[in-house]
Amino acid sequence: MATAAAHQTHGTEERRAATAAYEQAFDTAVAADERIEPRDWMPDAYRATLVRQMAQHAHSEIIGMQPEANWITRAPSLRRKAILMAKVQDEAGHGLYLYSAAETLGTSREELLDKLHSGRQKYSSIFNYPTLTWADVGAIGWLVDGAAITNQVPLCRCSYGPYARAMVRICKEESFHQRQGYELLLALSNGTPEQHEMAQDAVNRWWWPSLMMFGPPDDESAHSAQSMTWKIKRHSNDELRQRFVDICVPQAESLGLTLPDPDLKWNEERGHYDFGPIDWTEFKEVLKGNGPCNEQRITQRRRAHEEGAWVREAAAAHAAKHSDRTGARQA
Amino acid sequence: MTAAQTTVPTTAALALGDDALVLSHRLGEWAGHAPVLEEEVALANIALDLLGQARVLLSMAGDEDELAYLREERAFRNLQLVEQPNGDFAHTIARQLYFSTYQHLLYAELAAGDGPFAPLAAKAVKEVAYHRDHAEQWTLRLGDGTDESHERMRRAADALWRFTGEMFRPVDGLDVDPAGMEAAWLESVEDVLRRATLPLPEGPRAGGWTAGAGRQGLHTESFGRMLAEMQHLHRSHPGATW
Repeated sequence: MATAAAHQTHGTEERRAATAAYEQAFDTAVAADERIEPRDWMPDAYRATLVRQMAQHAHSEIIGMQPEANWITRAPSLRRKAILMAKVQDEAGHGLYLYSAAETLGTSREELLDKLHSGRQKYSSIFNYPTLTWADVGAIGWLVDGAAITNQVPLCRCSYGPYARAMVRICKEESFHQRQGYELLLALSNGTPEQHEMAQDAVNRWWWPSLMMFGPPDDESAHSAQSMTWKIKRHSNDELRQRFVDICVPQAESLGLTLPDPDLKWNEERGHYDFGPIDWTEFKEVLKGNGPCNEQRITQRRRAHEEGAWVREAAAAHAAKHSDRTGARQA
Repeated sequence: MTAAQTTVPTTAALALGDDALVLSHRLGEWAGHAPVLEEEVALANIALDLLGQARVLLSMAGDEDELAYLREERAFRNLQLVEQPNGDFAHTIARQLYFSTYQHLLYAELAAGDGPFAPLAAKAVKEVAYHRDHAEQWTLRLGDGTDESHERMRRAADALWRFTGEMFRPVDGLDVDPAGMEAAWLESVEDVLRRATLPLPEGPRAGGWTAGAGRQGLHTESFGRMLAEMQHLHRSHPGATW
């Protein structure tokens, strides 16, 4: 017994030493800006953080189809309809890339969708706002995709290889969508007085929720410090938000539209635009599930999944029969 | 305008263009509702191909947006088949199987000729081959899947059967006669249904109520509501550009 216990202790110490060596190798790789790949050792918490973030990102692509798909059947020209359909299709594709990337960490798409449907994993709060006019499609392209790109371009250099590579592909398409959204708003802004008003109203409603997409202020952001050490995140929420505001102000001017913030003004000393306070109470309410469309969005997603169950079962049953037959032929 | 464009038979361009436009719209209604993410991509992809075809065809007949957004129900020339509501996934697949098989045969013939539709058909026939394959594969999976999917696929194939005869009525100004493709269509669809373990639907493939009706601007009831949704924004802002 004594020998066994001693052996066990020895084993634990060996494991501890091995883990310490792995940790050091991991830290060194991250510090040297090397990419962590699926077969590499990684800390459990690193893995968990990535799964959480990538799943939330994938869910946002899937839920984010809804507010825009809401206008596919009403798009006012065939050209715009084609652009919108292509965009919504791209979003489904982005969701698929991201679920695949998350699966390299040992989870599965089914498990992640189940967590989305049961409310255990979140999606971006922005998609809980309604698209009330055609101009909202443009405002989403310009502001929401613009904010997403500002957030996501640094992720192309994220320390986890599969995520970084997915982001390279996604950011290219997102930039294209963002330009299309801007161009849609420009056409409205230069159109009839009613179209101009429609564009201004949409920007008024989407501006603040877009600023909230960067997350809580730095002093309240739970995951930020660790994510920055691990180089999953490269800039703080407030830095990215400021960068976004600085980009949008001149774009709004060239659109001939105003941003709904009386405090917005150039600060010569900082070399940035100052902007007014964000309503964090609203942000928290939307995150808690009390936004305008939370219930509607998740209900539609669950319904599509539930009503599609028989189709997925049929595909699985057919595949099983087919592989049985192949097996029988081989035997 | 070139001489070739001026001689495009408007009635035929509208018939083919409206088929593509209306079916594209129906498929667009699936966005965000598909049973699996891969089908979000596939259905949107097919819808986009069809919309692309519609835009070329309608532009041969006039201004694409005027034709899509400012015609009344009675002026649309699409088949009644393509305007049928989506129903469940099996219903959508049956509609797609019947139509894609027809469209593939039609475009292959048009592409082989030298008429005004040959260039469009030559490009579109490749897209439609993919649509047809997608519909066939799903017919096999659903027909030869579970008991429930078999029953749903059987009901869908039955329900839409009576709209299939209209596809083979002559189209004014088209340089091929769709009637000549009917045997090949039947053979192909029968083969897919048989491999999917589904019975061949019984009953007429057309009657006095459907024969050539869509092509003459006589549509089914749900079509007017579809147009109301599709056209309302465009019609609310006369003369605006988007």
